Amino acid sequence: MAKIAEKKEAWASRIGVILAVTGSAVGLGNFLRFPGLAAEYGGGAFMIPYVVAFLLIGLPIAWVEWSLGRLGGTRGYNSAPGVFRAVCGDRRASYLAILGPLIPVMIYMYYVFVEAWCLGYAWNYLSGGLLLGNNPAEYETFFHGFVGSQRNGASFTGHGAQALIFLAICFALNFFLIYRGLTKGIEWFCRWAMPALIICALIVLVRVLTLGTPNPDLPEQNIINGLGAMWNPTKPGQTLGQALSNPEIWLAAAGQIFFSLSVGFGIIITYSSYMKKDDDVALSALTSAAGNGFCEVVLGGLITIPAAFVFLGISIVENPPGTFGMGFVSLPNVFNQMPAGPFFGFLFFFLLFLAAVTSSLSMLQPAIALFEEGLGIGRKASVAMLGFITLIGALFVVFFSKDLTALDTIDFWVGNVCIYVMATIQVIVFGWVLGIGRGLDALGRGAEIRIPRLVGFIIKYVSPVYLIAIFILWLLHKLPDRVMALGNVEDGEPPVAALSVGLIVIVLVFFTLIINRAVSRWDRRDAAETEVSP
Amino acid sequence: MTPAGWIIMTLCVAGMTGLLAWCIYKVVATPGSTKHLHSQADIETPDVDDE
Repeated sequence: MAKIAEKKEAWASRIGVILAVTGSAVGLGNFLRFPGLAAEYGGGAFMIPYVVAFLLIGLPIAWVEWSLGRLGGTRGYNSAPGVFRAVCGDRRASYLAILGPLIPVMIYMYYVFVEAWCLGYAWNYLSGGLLLGNNPAEYETFFHGFVGSQRNGASFTGHGAQALIFLAICFALNFFLIYRGLTKGIEWFCRWAMPALIICALIVLVRVLTLGTPNPDLPEQNIINGLGAMWNPTKPGQTLGQALSNPEIWLAAAGQIFFSLSVGFGIIITYSSYMKKDDDVALSALTSAAGNGFCEVVLGGLITIPAAFVFLGISIVENPPGTFGMGFVSLPNVFNQMPAGPFFGFLFFFLLFLAAVTSSLSMLQPAIALFEEGLGIGRKASVAMLGFITLIGALFVVFFSKDLTALDTIDFWVGNVCIYVMATIQVIVFGWVLGIGRGLDALGRGAEIRIPRLVGFIIKYVSPVYLIAIFILWLLHKLPDRVMALGNVEDGEPPVAALSVGLIVIVLVFFTLIINRAVSRWDRRDAAETEVSP
Repeated sequence: MTPAGWIIMTLCVAGMTGLLAWCIYKVVATPGSTKHLHSQADIETPDVDDE
């Protein structure tokens, strides 16, 4: 009997670990960002750079981050600048990691707003606000009204103010949890709420795949054609070669891999720095990436775009409604067609909100670690300081809500470009500064799986060349347009895109000053230790 | 849905599902894996205990 009980406990423990590790990767990127990008860049055509990015940069860089972080942690550093100092053995290397704290903090500023939308949608399913009937246009009108995309400042008045209330709830909840350090609660979210989200998504998936042709008057809008809208590699008026020759599709695919795996952020470096030296990082990172890939490709890829096509028609391919329009407009249409749709609508958006909470909490830790190390202050003071900074940023994003320009601009420059640069720096540090031999030793320590030697070759040569080549191509083709867009201002409207970039620069300067302080403190500590030791 | 679309969908869905299934198998089949595997969510930061 005792043996049976032991076996049961071991199984429960293993299943718990699997749920926690795979669940931790699930977030808004899987169900909202991925389908939006896939629609924008051509469905099946997007999947080619996506899979290439997953294999050549996503997974290798996840291993790089976990290994670098744990290595830095064993030498007493927890922030990305500190870890770089330890790994590179050079005080100036800390400045190379400036994007480590910047990226998660900037992303948090808009991520928390989207988190508020999820909570708001869940509430509106409960309260009946989203029982809008069979007209798809009603859901679109609701979304634009809810997020305040008609004009700047809309979220501070009228219907749009609802989003502001939910933002306040999300913000308060996040900072309460991080202030109190309720890691057990976060772990519980991942262990139970995330699998519940996946089960809910599987139920929705079954409903989507059995939609057939909901409107007999529009026979073309059927589920098979919907799947074609997502997975066909060619689109009307565009060949596969034309789609793949656009450097932006490669940058966007890589950006999505980074975003959803949370690599290139500086988040994993910080968290893995708290691990024990013999903990596994290889299988942990791989399982997390696989769980994320499953949610994104299988669930995200088979639900949102096919459903959007069935209800909204070919327009979602010809004129994609944008990253968020896809999830917040098409999915409510699907729930409207389901038995117990409002219940599943509530459940889906509420669980998505919980997924967002776990992700947004992890975005705060890198900056907290840097404040503690750089300023010598405690956790609570660090949290309060970070709360002030992110509150200003989040209100900026909420106020400049017209066409979601502020959100889009920060997502592009930080959620794509900065992550790209940070990932490139990390892979070069691992492959060329630390050295691939020592790097793989660090990765292999305590590993539950054997890492093929080919991974070393990929990290040292393939990943950096891939990253740099695409980035240069993108700079040549797209940077001028993006820079010009910063100056495009409608009459009477503020230059929101330029202001958003200005906000990024201000935060960048702020973190540079903090790193400068941290470097001075570390220098003094090292000098004192040198004096003490003979 | 074109034949190329079916091929891409099948490869992507089967590939990601297969990879996840293999990882789950490794976790289940490896003795003591539960003590060494971690996610961001279950890593405790020591600064919480400091205050």
